[in-house]
Amino acid sequence: MSNHEPLVFMKGIHKWFGRVHALQGVDFKVFNSEIVGLVGDNGAGKSTLMKVLVGIFPPDKGSIIINGSEVKLKSPKDAMKYGIEMIHQDVMLAPLMNVARNIFLGREPQKLYGLIPMLDLKKMRIESLKCLKEIGLDGINPDVVIENLSGGQRQGVAIARALYFRAKLLILDEPTNNLSVKESGRVLQFISEAKNQGISSVFITHNLHHVHSIADRIVVMSHGRVVGDFKKDETTIEEVTKLITGEAPPKPELSS
Amino acid sequence: MLNYKSFIVVLFQRKEISVATILLGTITFFYSIQPVFLSPSNVDVLLRITPELGIVALGITLLMIGGEFDLSVGSVFGFIPMFTILLIENGVHPILAIVSGLLLAAAVGLVHGVVTVKTGIPSFITTLGGLLIWRGVSLAVTGGLPKYMTMPEEIAFLFTGKIAPFTHMQMVWFFALAGFFYYILERTKFGNWIYATGGKKEVARAMGVNTDHVKIILFILSSLMAGLGGIIQSMRLGQALPNQGDGLEFDAIAVAVIGGTSLFGGSGTLIGTVIAEYLSRIIENGLIIIRAPSYYFRLYIGLVIIIAVTVNVYILRRSIRSRIES
Repeated sequence: MSNHEPLVFMKGIHKWFGRVHALQGVDFKVFNSEIVGLVGDNGAGKSTLMKVLVGIFPPDKGSIIINGSEVKLKSPKDAMKYGIEMIHQDVMLAPLMNVARNIFLGREPQKLYGLIPMLDLKKMRIESLKCLKEIGLDGINPDVVIENLSGGQRQGVAIARALYFRAKLLILDEPTNNLSVKESGRVLQFISEAKNQGISSVFITHNLHHVHSIADRIVVMSHGRVVGDFKKDETTIEEVTKLITGEAPPKPELSS
Repeated sequence: MLNYKSFIVVLFQRKEISVATILLGTITFFYSIQPVFLSPSNVDVLLRITPELGIVALGITLLMIGGEFDLSVGSVFGFIPMFTILLIENGVHPILAIVSGLLLAAAVGLVHGVVTVKTGIPSFITTLGGLLIWRGVSLAVTGGLPKYMTMPEEIAFLFTGKIAPFTHMQMVWFFALAGFFYYILERTKFGNWIYATGGKKEVARAMGVNTDHVKIILFILSSLMAGLGGIIQSMRLGQALPNQGDGLEFDAIAVAVIGGTSLFGGSGTLIGTVIAEYLSRIIENGLIIIRAPSYYFRLYIGLVIIIAVTVNVYILRRSIRSRIES
């Protein structure tokens, strides 16, 4: 499965911001049902690479191949059509809206009363309960306003939303940042749960212990390049740390 | 069965409760001092004049929930009836003149919206420009003099006619528009997009919502409601005054805020706005009835804003605490 055609293949990606060469010919692959830990120091290019993948930044050079076909991603909505959803550090949820309205934002179900279209609030509520239950968040009331949830619960709602809309690849940008140990554990559990449902994830983080506990593969970036690509069992936290800090020489792509 | 504590918690989660409580208290206060306050003729006056600002406040509420302001509504409120009268004076059929006036109001909103979202200039600034421009145009065109509105009776009836005891056409417009906007805000996709755009624009965008379009439509609605409110007032008074609607932008924003709409966007209620509009008019009217100096009106409105917002914040904290405890 994971040794065949990648779900996503970013090939020779370059990105400039003015005179800054933020991505310098990056190759990056994600296979089906795989959790990839994407690590590196600040400014390494991790978030930029993922923003290229979700259509926020167009690449200046290089191509993106999804399921064997080259695609052009001009917006996050384009990426969503291919089943790629990014869950940012600050979680893409509107804080003053309730859980159900957030889950269906931009994809609201409607039904007709005569000729009058109306939001199908009942369906939104029932389906929200269902998808929250699937990742173990059955204690959350879909009518609760997001700002009343904990950081971990918010990550859970965002992941549940992505799963409900059949995402194939979740990109999580620092999902455990600013969370307690217990809450971080729950978020890692959500990612594992997603993998059990056949969903791949890219997990961007500074926390090497988190990434080591959950990832199948670890990709290390530094100064806009991939400097290491390991199956988790073939590396150690120490080795990854040395690559991040530049104490060890770069290792070109190993696994594919 | 819902127990007493749960009932209170559920009740307190409604933003409109605080303003409705203040409204009841205010009515009781004025009635206890001067019973003529609730006389049929005074109630009739209140019901007749309230919708004019109320219609403007509905548009402002939607725009504020969408995360923007419109300081030009007072000037549009004065400019549009003036424009309508000029068309009628030049031989245009009154109905066509009214429709043209409303289309011009929509165009004004379109300009404010496009300038705001395309340049990134805060709407506070762009519509402040609008406030001065449209007031300036009204004054320049009329030379600062009032213009009389002569409208065929059957057309005037559509906007200001009395259809039953205590029931005026302007009330029908007000409640019909409030109901329609409530449907849009609470029961349509577009309503969900308004809340999301005002609450966290980046989220709405990431979920595929065209937030620029949402905001532009809200600016158009805001101006359109200001134009309609102005036309209704001019029909009631039989004239358009060059300073008509002067300062009304702050009254409309105050009504929205008293009703529970957030100044920061993403949250608000049209029911709260309707109740707050009646509260605002009742305070103004009540002060006149009890013969308090009219200068006190703004002072009281200022106090009511502070009280209503404080009560709303208190209720919000209580409801969060009770939810956490339960």
